[in-house]
Amino acid sequence: MKIEPLLNELFPAGHSVSVRAGLLSGYGSAGPGQVAVLGTTDHLAVSAEVALELACFVLNVVREKPGVAILMLVDTQGQKLSKADELLGLNGYLAHLVKCLDLASRRGHRLITLVYDEAVSGGFLSFGLMADDIHALADAQIRVMNLPAMARITKLPLETLQELSVKSPSFAPGVDNFYKLGGVLSIWRPPLADHLEAALKRQTCGDHRRDDGMERMGRKLAARVSRLVVDAKPKTG
Amino acid sequence: MTDYSQQHRGHSYYEANARQRIAHLLDPESFAELLGPADRLTSPHLEPLGQPCAFDDGIVIGRGRLDGRPVLVASQEGGFMGGAVGEVHGAKLTGLLELAQSEKPAGVILMLESGGVRLHEANAGLIAISEIIRALLTVREAGIPVLGLIGGAYGCFGGMGIVARCCDSLIINEEGRLGLSGPDVIETTMGVEEFDASDRALVWRTVGGKHRYMLGEVQCLVEDDIAAFRAAVIKNISMPIPLTLEALEQEQLHLTRRLQDFGQCQDGIDVWQSMGIEAPAMLPLLNIRDFLESVAAQAKANYED
Repeated sequence: MKIEPLLNELFPAGHSVSVRAGLLSGYGSAGPGQVAVLGTTDHLAVSAEVALELACFVLNVVREKPGVAILMLVDTQGQKLSKADELLGLNGYLAHLVKCLDLASRRGHRLITLVYDEAVSGGFLSFGLMADDIHALADAQIRVMNLPAMARITKLPLETLQELSVKSPSFAPGVDNFYKLGGVLSIWRPPLADHLEAALKRQTCGDHRRDDGMERMGRKLAARVSRLVVDAKPKTG
Repeated sequence: MTDYSQQHRGHSYYEANARQRIAHLLDPESFAELLGPADRLTSPHLEPLGQPCAFDDGIVIGRGRLDGRPVLVASQEGGFMGGAVGEVHGAKLTGLLELAQSEKPAGVILMLESGGVRLHEANAGLIAISEIIRALLTVREAGIPVLGLIGGAYGCFGGMGIVARCCDSLIINEEGRLGLSGPDVIETTMGVEEFDASDRALVWRTVGGKHRYMLGEVQCLVEDDIAAFRAAVIKNISMPIPLTLEALEQEQLHLTRRLQDFGQCQDGIDVWQSMGIEAPAMLPLLNIRDFLESVAAQAKANYED
């Protein structure tokens, strides 16, 4: 979905979100009140500069709009693949954005994500995946890597991967697979403004993705394994 | 229980495996593993792809003591699938970080060696890394320091490179590499003109321990000796760094300045030259002691602002 119609559908009461060089920032009016909006469009790769711009907006929201919910609209092809960015320590820039969003969350800002086009690995990790509640449009794309590239790198036959991707949600791209794993809470279909309003009103309780993945039988071990660790008693003596 | 003494010196961090690193880093015989190989918690996603599994899924976690103080520790095994994060591997690390929230140890020590998401279970791995990040930041919020150690053959890349930079502080050796996309990935995707991954010297000047130290991305650069890592951990573990609005505003300024100052650079040598290092091409050749002496002023400036 294109960004302008998406913004109009999400905020029928109006918005002031600016779209500049693939970056989104601004505010929208939703049912329960004002929402801060940030994100990317045109499959923007997250570079050091992009991460800084997004982080700057998050820090402004924390400073100037205490408690306002933050909606992250995701369309990214992933992290920028460049030597110059790696030389600067791109992972540190993405970690900075992550820490800013975490700060916002701790200060009472609801973080909600909508994947409306493409969400890929490092770019997705650096902002969209930081929300308590992550939603996606039905025709969005979420992936780490496409199957042909995966086949090349793992040296496994493409046919084997295609065959198994029908049975296992764990590696093949797709919104449905992330839904089964608990990585996507719900899939939105129009009217989108209603979904946004419901998402803003929903009570949330931190990172619930492992439990969702367990319930949906897509990720059967993550919740159990982490629970076993937490419950492990120290050896006496 | 024996003292940590002279006999523990001289173990290469680079060459050790995950368990050896823990054994030599912590107080002798203090380590108690959680969900060890005997528990047989293996990845369910590898067998269908005809891949071997590991009984610990490539990560060792547990409790131990460091200089007499209780710590939780995790150590990724680069020898198993390059330390890549799958569902079980990730859940063990997230679980350890959640255990830290209730148990409140003196610190959490993460020995990071990973290429990031394990492609054979990519979706589960990606979500798992996001869960690790959130659990780690909750540990920090509780005032418990999280220290990352990097220095193995596989480096620390992908999502784990982001995890690393969420730690309070990082300790690295010269052989250690830290980044987001590995040089091979960049070369494969963008072409050899963008990044020649076979040029090992260039790779180290871009993502290696010395350059990361110069940038202020890591706080300690140490010799390739587990005892040196231990000493650095002991020195840093008592200093949790709160993630306040002010601290993140400072980081925003610092990273903005770095982008302005070095954004046009294509090689570590260009960066070091811009920093005012007199003979930047010599830096890769110096041993750690001479290197630290010759760059002390620049590193201090990077660390403080």
